[in-house]
Amino acid sequence: METRDLIIVGGGPAGMAAALAARAAGVGDVLLLERDQHLGGILNQCIHPGFGLHHFKAELTGPEYADRFVELVKGDPGIEVRLRSFAVKLTKDRELSFLRPGALEEVKARAVILATGCRERTREMILIPGSRPAGVYPAGLAQKMVNIEGWIPGREAVIIGSGDIGLIMARRMALEGVKVKAVVEIQKTSRGLVRNVVQCLEDFGIPLYFQHRVAAIRGRDRVESVDVVRVDDGLKDIPGSGFKITCDTALISVGLIPENELLEMAGAEIDRRTNTPVAAEVNLTSIPGVFACGNACKVYDLVDWVTRDSGVAGRMAAEYLAGGKAV
Amino acid sequence: MSHDVIIVGAGITGAAIARELSRYRLKILILEKEAEPAFGVSKSNSGIIHAGTQNPPTSLKGWLCVEGNRLMREELSGDLGLNFVQCGQLIVVFDLADLPELENIKTEGEALGVKGLEIVDRAWLDKNEPNLGPDVKAALYVPSAGIISPYRFVYALIENAVKNGAELKVLHKVTAIRVKGKEGFEVVAGGEVYRARYLVNAAGLYADEISAMAGAATFKITPRKGEEYLLDKKREHIARHIVFPLPSKTSKGILIIKTSDGNPMIGPTAHDIGDKEDLSTSDEGLAEVLAGARRMMPSISGGDIIAYFAGLRPVSGKDFVIRHEDPVPGLVNVAGIQSPGLTSAPAIAVMAADILRKHGLALEPREEFQRARPRPAHLFQIPPEETRRLIGKNPSYGDIVCRCELVSAQEVRDAVKRGARTLDGVKFRTRAQAGRCHGGFCTTRIMKIMQEELGLPVTAITKRGPGSELIKEERE
Repeated sequence: METRDLIIVGGGPAGMAAALAARAAGVGDVLLLERDQHLGGILNQCIHPGFGLHHFKAELTGPEYADRFVELVKGDPGIEVRLRSFAVKLTKDRELSFLRPGALEEVKARAVILATGCRERTREMILIPGSRPAGVYPAGLAQKMVNIEGWIPGREAVIIGSGDIGLIMARRMALEGVKVKAVVEIQKTSRGLVRNVVQCLEDFGIPLYFQHRVAAIRGRDRVESVDVVRVDDGLKDIPGSGFKITCDTALISVGLIPENELLEMAGAEIDRRTNTPVAAEVNLTSIPGVFACGNACKVYDLVDWVTRDSGVAGRMAAEYLAGGKAV
Repeated sequence: MSHDVIIVGAGITGAAIARELSRYRLKILILEKEAEPAFGVSKSNSGIIHAGTQNPPTSLKGWLCVEGNRLMREELSGDLGLNFVQCGQLIVVFDLADLPELENIKTEGEALGVKGLEIVDRAWLDKNEPNLGPDVKAALYVPSAGIISPYRFVYALIENAVKNGAELKVLHKVTAIRVKGKEGFEVVAGGEVYRARYLVNAAGLYADEISAMAGAATFKITPRKGEEYLLDKKREHIARHIVFPLPSKTSKGILIIKTSDGNPMIGPTAHDIGDKEDLSTSDEGLAEVLAGARRMMPSISGGDIIAYFAGLRPVSGKDFVIRHEDPVPGLVNVAGIQSPGLTSAPAIAVMAADILRKHGLALEPREEFQRARPRPAHLFQIPPEETRRLIGKNPSYGDIVCRCELVSAQEVRDAVKRGARTLDGVKFRTRAQAGRCHGGFCTTRIMKIMQEELGLPVTAITKRGPGSELIKEERE
């Protein structure tokens, strides 16, 4: 089996920052695996501005922010990028299997950094009852449909949950002529950034219902309506407060979960509640020589902080490889 | 256009009958109202291949179930490349005072010919089903029960029937039936008229309406709703057997079901309802299912749930309705096929063929009948060497589309080539979108593959047929 110094899984902002930092700290050989056909990860579908205010002191869109790193990664002969390469297995001895069109490959790494990002929590995780028609999408999937594919998912939408992706998609859909009829949030405050509540909802006159929950999704083939009910401070339904909103689309924006299935497969300790690695400090895992960074490590609200902390992960891996610090 | 037999309904019953009749020199037409086979009652089936227990020894469904179980184990699983797993079943009691009831189920099962039944004590259970809670006192062990993917069972039967000459028309809802005496039937479906000497009614929830359309309003179908909740694959090994409580009058109770894809399932509820289209789940259903499952295995929690759905059982009295309607010569009803319908289907098919033969249909064996159907490739089911061999044959098996369930682009293409026309059809065949992210990452990719393979605009791609289009507009 071929052995590489450092294998990084995931070519989004976390993986790219870690790769560049590891190189700067003296790692000679980096293999960067990305399952998509481009580097950049989810940034590629985030075409709105607001990225890089801290890291670059400039306001960039997601693809612009990603491109600054993609250029550096591509220009570095010590980083081998493998696209459309999907890691399927990791062992505690850092043997990694990945699939790509045409091959199943196995490589051993002296150190591994997992920069696998996160996935969206689903309608099923918050157990919304009702039917299962077309038109119920995680907000990030809707973002990919609109921004990458040019597909408009519906005509009238309700956003369930007020996470940042949901707020940004409320504005994005409104800009595309979709009637966004409500954002429904069970808590008293939004879990998204204040600037997103202002710029994405208030500026577009989109109503935000705090302390309300969607009690059911209705419709046989396509979403036809959602049932909304007001809840008290204990999140219990207030009798008689229910109403219906007709719509053909329901976007779910109720948080993100780190993707750590590879780490779990390798036998690392995982916090069941947050799905994050259990370790003494950020970027570490319970397996020596295996690091995690970016949203796989913890869910960040700004990519600038992902870049900063993932750089630390790259340097930690370099130190580990140099034998300087027994992590 | 004239056929020997028209079968109404491409669920498990219609599919099994079509495959059974395709052994003979017959022109067979299957009419299905939905966009794909298995999209009615069958898609919500639990996937249990029952042993035959929990049925009265004199019942039709009892002996059909025992025979269907035998056919699955001895013939169909191998012939059709099905992933049948004989994991066995436990029927547990919470009170040793209920042991006589278990003994009764054992005696009745044995009368039906179920083999290997054994009452087991708590020590046996501790060793063989360690996650059972302290309330469980004893169980009946039923070794011949197993699990299967219900929709892949239907697809396999349909594919094999079509391979052997049967014709399938989807999106062909039967709207009128004209009885033409000796000439048989004229069936209007999808705006066309089809003729056949014999009409087999396997229309599930709508079997009563089809029979009435043909002039035999002899029974009524009542939907009985069941809500099911699927758990994360991480809980795959929570149960080694399918675990049942003692049955009630209307259902087998809330079960813990192993599934052939790994996700354990809990449910189903059983409530008679009026609406044949109501597939909604409810907070009450969830609470009932969780309470029932947790009584047997307290470590199951709501947080383990990754998906849920409701299905409707087509109920007509206590037993199956399988008969020739003598006042309407040529009409064979195969109705009220509730549990254990999936298991019984292969035996029901043999019985239906026999009824047709008794009423004059000549069953001449087709020499070129091909009983084998090659098993589709699923990366999640095979070891790395096999994955390598597949990728060697076709690089596209290494191109992963669905990260949660490990499904390649080629498997999606294979599914479309085998008949998938909708996103749900792809999901049922391949498991793409069936994992914990629910298609968050792979939905657009699958839609694009379907667009290529089917030559459709993306706006025409649906979740489960007309009306369930996924997007409203495509912009340049």
